Amino acid sequence: MAKVQGDVVIDIEHCKGCELCNAACPLDVLAMSAEVNSKGYHYAIKVNGSCNGCSNCAIVCPDGVITVYRAKV
Amino acid sequence: MKELMLMKGNEAFAEAAIRVGADAYFGYPITPQSEVMEYLMAEKPYERTGMVVLQSESELGAINMVYGAAACGKRALTSSSSPGISLMQEGISYIAGSELPCLILNVVRGGPGLGTIQPSQSDYFQATKGGGHGDYRLIVLAPSSVQEMFDFVSLGFELAFKYRNPVMMLSDGVIGQMMEKVELSEQQPRLTNQQIDELYPWATTGKKPGKDRRIITSLELDPSKQEKHNLKLQEKYRKIEASEVRYETLQCEDAEYLLVAFGSSARICQKAMDLGRAKGIKVGLLRPITLYPFPYAIVEQLSNQVKGILVVELNAGQMIEDVRIGSHDRIKVKHYGRFGGMIPSPVEVLDALEKQIIGD
Amino acid sequence: MTQNFDIPEIRTPENLVYKKTSVLTDNVLHYCPGCGHGTTHRLIAEVIEEMGIQSEVIGVAPVGCSVLAYNYFDIDMQEAAHGRAPALATAIKRVYPEKFVFTYQGDGDLAAIGTNETLHACNRGENITIIFINNAIYGMTGGQMAPTTLPGMLTSTSPYGRDVQMMGNPLKITELLALLPGTYYVTRQAVHTAALVRRAKKAIRMAFENQKLNRGVSFVEVVSNCNSGWKLTPLQANKWLEENMLPFYPLGDLKVNGELVKKSE
Repeated sequence: MAKVQGDVVIDIEHCKGCELCNAACPLDVLAMSAEVNSKGYHYAIKVNGSCNGCSNCAIVCPDGVITVYRAKV
Repeated sequence: MKELMLMKGNEAFAEAAIRVGADAYFGYPITPQSEVMEYLMAEKPYERTGMVVLQSESELGAINMVYGAAACGKRALTSSSSPGISLMQEGISYIAGSELPCLILNVVRGGPGLGTIQPSQSDYFQATKGGGHGDYRLIVLAPSSVQEMFDFVSLGFELAFKYRNPVMMLSDGVIGQMMEKVELSEQQPRLTNQQIDELYPWATTGKKPGKDRRIITSLELDPSKQEKHNLKLQEKYRKIEASEVRYETLQCEDAEYLLVAFGSSARICQKAMDLGRAKGIKVGLLRPITLYPFPYAIVEQLSNQVKGILVVELNAGQMIEDVRIGSHDRIKVKHYGRFGGMIPSPVEVLDALEKQIIGD
Repeated sequence: MTQNFDIPEIRTPENLVYKKTSVLTDNVLHYCPGCGHGTTHRLIAEVIEEMGIQSEVIGVAPVGCSVLAYNYFDIDMQEAAHGRAPALATAIKRVYPEKFVFTYQGDGDLAAIGTNETLHACNRGENITIIFINNAIYGMTGGQMAPTTLPGMLTSTSPYGRDVQMMGNPLKITELLALLPGTYYVTRQAVHTAALVRRAKKAIRMAFENQKLNRGVSFVEVVSNCNSGWKLTPLQANKWLEENMLPFYPLGDLKVNGELVKKSE
């Protein structure tokens, strides 16, 4: 069975730190940063490489800051 | 060949709407203007020209439908009478703030409150000084005949689109209900959607590929931008004041006394003037046709000539304030009015002129 | 130093599976973190993009938190007075029957001050789409009681909880509208989980597709959150929504193809 590898690109400057993406990720790829962006929000970051590109994080993001890629590897 | 018809004022307005190529009428029944929508529904303008006619759930609904259609670049109009026009004020303010063209007919009845269904001119302040919230003006046309109820529809739309500003026809129960001979103009075609797209770069008709989206709004939260928007509106009103004043003078050349009246009152004053002239009183009549912009200059000019002015209105004294501004109070300016649906006779008006202006 | 888990080699156009739609502008949404308005905006914009109707759609924004909705959709839009959006939409659709027309309204706008306009547009069967965001509170003005505020719910004008004896009952306007002959599709959705977002998008798609049929109003309620008004974090608010809003405002279709949906449970 082909393995699926995903990756997300987070527009951290437009992230408002709501954490909905963290909760939506089935593989616990996302967490919140310790640092804040220029608006003062802790932003979403990746904490492991197990993303499978399911897009759940992106589609629950109210601000549309997540872009998702998915490839068969 | 002239096309003549005997019509009520309200019917003439409705027929004119069809003939000038209006796109949509939205209204709610109220006496004494219900004939407008009754006439339109009977005439089926949706078959004659493709014009939309819809009876709304309220005057609030009607004026906001006018907003929606006007924001699409369409020629939209509504009609009502005083209590209904009060209900429309919210929408009228939004239309003025969003700079949309439309035509609103007020067939005025006596107030305040539910008042009466009889004629009145007591909505002069509301029509000419804004009416709703915020700093804005309507262009206000005052028809004094059934013919003008017809003709001012075309003029009204012309001014509305020229200035992107709502236009109100301030009529009353007399002009709306009475029947007169009307010379009808020829049917004008409605603008096509393509013509609207070409003529009105502001109209929301669907964002064209490669072009900026269009937004119709009166909202601007940044005070410096909101002030700029208000200044732009004020600049427009100054332009309207400089260019669009309309009035009629009768026998003013040698007048020693002046009657000032609009709409149905002007008709009564015309007869009073004739009666006065027959008695040897040199009286003239000034009839403002645009109530906003008000014809201050001619009032000022005539104030240098006549000894006194009687302002005759079907209200407790509203236009008199503008006449006094125009005359700079250099001469005596008095008001004569009946209200609550009462209408003075020409003799009554002449009597008032003699007692309040000449004899005093 | 945070570890980098980027996998740049798979970031190619053919591997792209999700990207913000171009029917939304680049303006930063003014909504609070985690607010369902943003998600719903995005779904509408995605539907417009997927249907290829960007040049054929005219939207109407309300008064309330989404008063500035027109800043975010890259389409022609009109701003209505509070509650009057269905009247504007009625006229737009009547003068441009071939265009797609939608209103976007909150609970105060649609179910309190604009009830009359909403009810009559729905009863006339205007061929429009209405998107109704129900978060049971007035967000923009600072968290006052809404027509849809739950019994006992705390708001700034029901600070001891909504007392229905004194303040009246919450209005289930969606159930009411489903009974009108002029509504063709009436559904209640939510957007706080990925699965519900996917379902809500299908509903919004259907609500727009229905305009081609000319059968009446398509009405999509979105039960949403108001983190600021509810005084909860976004995640807490979504949990509160699940536990309190959904039992009172159950999700699902109420009317499909002009027929009331029979409750199976």
